[in-house]
Amino acid sequence: MDAIILQVLNGLDKGSAYALIALGLTLIFGTLGVVNFAHGAIFMIGAFVAVTLNRLLSLSYVTLDPSQKNFLGQPLEVKNAYVVSWFGDSFGNGLINWSVPIAIVVSIPVMLALGFAMERGLIKHFYHRPHADQILVTFGLAIVLQEIIKAFYGANPIPAPAPEAFRGSFDFGVWLGFRPNAIIYPYWRMVYFLFSGIVISGVFAFLRFTTFGMVVRAGMADRETVGLLGINIDRRFTIMFGIAAAVAGVAGVMYAPINSPNYHMGMDFLVLSFVVVVVGGMGSLPGAVLAGFLLGIVESFASMNEIKSIIPGIDQIIIYLIAILILLTRPRGLMGRAGVMED
Amino acid sequence: MMKINLNDKILMLIVTVVVLLAPFILQPFAEGTALAQFNAGYPDLLQRIVIFGIFAIGFNILFGLTGYLSFGHAAFLGVGSYSAVWMFKLLSMNVIPGILLAIVTSGLFALLIGWISLRRSGIYFSILTLAFAQMSYNLAYSVLTQFTNGETGLQIRLSDPRVLDGAATNGTLPSTNILPPSLVNGFEMRDTYQLHLGNWLFQFNTGYYVTAVILILAFYLSLRIFRSPFGLMLRAVKTNQTRLNYTGINTRPYTLAAFVISGMYAGLAGGLLAAMDPLAGAERMQWTVGGEVVLMTILGGAGTLIGPVLGAGFIKYFENIFSKINDTVLHHWFSFLPDGLQNFAVDLIHPFVGKGWQLTLGLIFMAVVIFLPGGLVEGSQKLAGLFRRRTKKTGGGPDEQHHPKTTPHVAE
Repeated sequence: MDAIILQVLNGLDKGSAYALIALGLTLIFGTLGVVNFAHGAIFMIGAFVAVTLNRLLSLSYVTLDPSQKNFLGQPLEVKNAYVVSWFGDSFGNGLINWSVPIAIVVSIPVMLALGFAMERGLIKHFYHRPHADQILVTFGLAIVLQEIIKAFYGANPIPAPAPEAFRGSFDFGVWLGFRPNAIIYPYWRMVYFLFSGIVISGVFAFLRFTTFGMVVRAGMADRETVGLLGINIDRRFTIMFGIAAAVAGVAGVMYAPINSPNYHMGMDFLVLSFVVVVVGGMGSLPGAVLAGFLLGIVESFASMNEIKSIIPGIDQIIIYLIAILILLTRPRGLMGRAGVMED
Repeated sequence: MMKINLNDKILMLIVTVVVLLAPFILQPFAEGTALAQFNAGYPDLLQRIVIFGIFAIGFNILFGLTGYLSFGHAAFLGVGSYSAVWMFKLLSMNVIPGILLAIVTSGLFALLIGWISLRRSGIYFSILTLAFAQMSYNLAYSVLTQFTNGETGLQIRLSDPRVLDGAATNGTLPSTNILPPSLVNGFEMRDTYQLHLGNWLFQFNTGYYVTAVILILAFYLSLRIFRSPFGLMLRAVKTNQTRLNYTGINTRPYTLAAFVISGMYAGLAGGLLAAMDPLAGAERMQWTVGGEVVLMTILGGAGTLIGPVLGAGFIKYFENIFSKINDTVLHHWFSFLPDGLQNFAVDLIHPFVGKGWQLTLGLIFMAVVIFLPGGLVEGSQKLAGLFRRRTKKTGGGPDEQHHPKTTPHVAE
């Protein structure tokens, strides 16, 4: 039992990332009808917002401390972060320590702006071109974004640590009444899961309970009629593109402490998130979330040693196998509406 | 439409001549001059250009004619490489059996993947092929390591049986050949004849000419496919598959045939890569390699005959040139400017050259997709049209009203 819960938990953090990216992809596809291959790059840029903020906050100047000596007997060079000297010891260090959560606040306007710029500057011109062209141009954009990041940050992964309070692991099993040390789970992964839950419910609540969301949902169902009612649906869809970018961005920010970001992490997640979208059903928001968590958990189960000993290598291909099976037997995916992109 | 006309013959002739004379054409600068580093006439690069040209020609038969956008063709390239290297290990270092096996296995693999993937079209087809490519990559990288040697890649060893060649006697690894050394000497793939003409050095490499001849054959085959009833049917699939279905035609056999043919081209390219350098690694199967052939085809001009070859040549040539431009070269170029401006110019260009080639490629690719959907071929036609327009009489174009625009079915 505890082994099963452990695998479910292990699947949750990757599943959360899949779900968040797939949610954004589906928002864009459902509203604008555009297949966005640059969405992984947005996720990657989000992670690099965390890295950048961490670097900015820990910018420091060097002073010589005569009271301490280094191994050569010379005065020790001490790095002093600017924020510490400006805001005092506790607050300044706190800022550095909490750089990743702060990066969420910073990233939302950044990603919204990026999303608006992408939609207005590029994707707007592709609504009336075939899907293949949309795929190609966003694929090109993904390459460009990723290479820009590589030019600035280099090819190696750069760590962006979580706040100290959330480093390390805790004994989750004891909370559920298992024997101690049965289920050890890192704090930050739990935080990531809870965070993704909040973001996902936020997006759903926004669509469900606000007038804006209602109009957007109406536009997703029948864009033309909503436009005929005198509503500027295009502007709302642009905003939804920004929101989708922001969702992927914060997903990236929070993912930075789990895996040190590198420039190609977006491409790595992109393929899997497309698979998730397809399994969930193209254009279905709950489907994307459900499939994201489901595939994350399935992947985690497939990587159990017991299962790998029966079918070697199954953990590497299980997600793709499921996607292929789903596409062949149920083209609309788990929760897709009938008639939407079923060919 | 369906006959090979004079234009095709001229195109075929141009391709043949250019490919055969490429060691001259791509070596325009004399040795020792500052521009000599931009020569591309050395065997390794030439072979790569030609091999990726073959890959792109094959991809174009699928994407250019039917409109099905596959991101998974890297898998066939990888399968081709692995089969060729296995042939080198087990049978002989002669490249012909290796290449034949590469074509056969990749064709069978393409038949399997195509049979499944072609049940869907549009975006689903792209994602299915993407999933298959990534699955093959994962399998080759970490699961089927007995066959692929995983991370290290499949290499030839001294201890390999090589039934036809007999045991290696001199203790060095044999190299690939086109005719067995026991019969005719000097037909190893890596043999190069060097020709000095004044300050110019031209290199004629056996391997290059083997691949060049194969490229010409591959190009001719694709020309025949383009002009055949089969090619016409594939174009019809691109234009409106639904209408074809309504007229009672089952399009699946045609698209599947196109998929298998393009997969075999990819396997051939993979086999040739292995023949050039008997090594096959899993990274050849990564979906980004499949993305690269997409870039080549689109950049050159999808659906045109010569486009893919142009695109492959363009990308591989400039990849090589750009990665050679480092800051020293840039400083040299801008040395006529005052110091401040010089540094500024160098800093400005720096991210786009050297290691930044991918960035430039991405930007070029986006520009092509946005402004020139027909690629380089359309670009040159437009340029030619600009000069021709003055002499052309009005009213030559098709009547807009009576030729409604086609609606592409795929990826809709």
